[in-house]
Amino acid sequence: MSTTTRETTITAAPDAPTVLITREFDAPRENVFRAHVEPELVKRWLGPRDLTMEIDTYDARTGGSYRYTHRDKDGDYTFFGSFHEVRPAERIVQTFTYEGFADSVTLETMTFIDLGDGRTRLEGTSLFESIEARDGMIASGMEIGVNEGYEKLDELLAE
Amino acid sequence: MDDQLSRVFSALADPTRRDMVARLAVADAGVNELAEPYDVSVQAVSKHLKVLEDAGLVTRTREAQRRPVHLEAEVFDLMTKWIERYRRQAEERYRRLDDVLAEMDTDSAAPTEPRRPRERGAS
Repeated sequence: MSTTTRETTITAAPDAPTVLITREFDAPRENVFRAHVEPELVKRWLGPRDLTMEIDTYDARTGGSYRYTHRDKDGDYTFFGSFHEVRPAERIVQTFTYEGFADSVTLETMTFIDLGDGRTRLEGTSLFESIEARDGMIASGMEIGVNEGYEKLDELLAE
Repeated sequence: MDDQLSRVFSALADPTRRDMVARLAVADAGVNELAEPYDVSVQAVSKHLKVLEDAGLVTRTREAQRRPVHLEAEVFDLMTKWIERYRRQAEERYRRLDDVLAEMDTDSAAPTEPRRPRERGAS
């Protein structure tokens, strides 16, 4: 846990229902993009650590769709959406819905920026239906996969 | 509490104020110091500070001449607790992605540019 400069930054705009996430990777843009569109690669990082991730569909091209399930001892959590646009090595725009809360949909835009030297910046924007929906999602921690995070957070907040 | 939360949110609706808060999270600072990076008057910065003060986000020490501005961590925690937890989740996910990307490097043997070594130990 000693990373210094590359840590994820996140901004929840107070006046708009968005969350911006930025992260840099020591890998070329093509690879970071591939890790977002090839199901075998996606599977290895997208799910929370202690959960298995099962992919029903992951057709990452413009007009395609996806559906996958995280599974733990307490239950299943299924997510689905459509790929609005997949522009190779540049940009992915997709919808995102948690089936347990199926009335709600988020629009996610990921931009892959070549930093040179085989490095890449990933900028992700999630657009929610309302600020309340956004805050509710953040407050719930997506309801899953946060336990390890909690402990570390508690330590941090105790300082 | 709800009222305070909405004051906090609207106080942070302004990018300059958000930036000021981010800098105060690192250390207390005087008004002149805070004004430095922005293309606005010290007076404008004082106005921003007033909004942050009213939201309970910052306080100003009375006694010292430069009256350093101090970020009130407890109030700020209302939001940062949630957001930090969310950020950590994303960071954990991206560390797994780091690992996947590192393996892709060795898989695809003939990359075009030189790679710099990864900066962190395995987690």
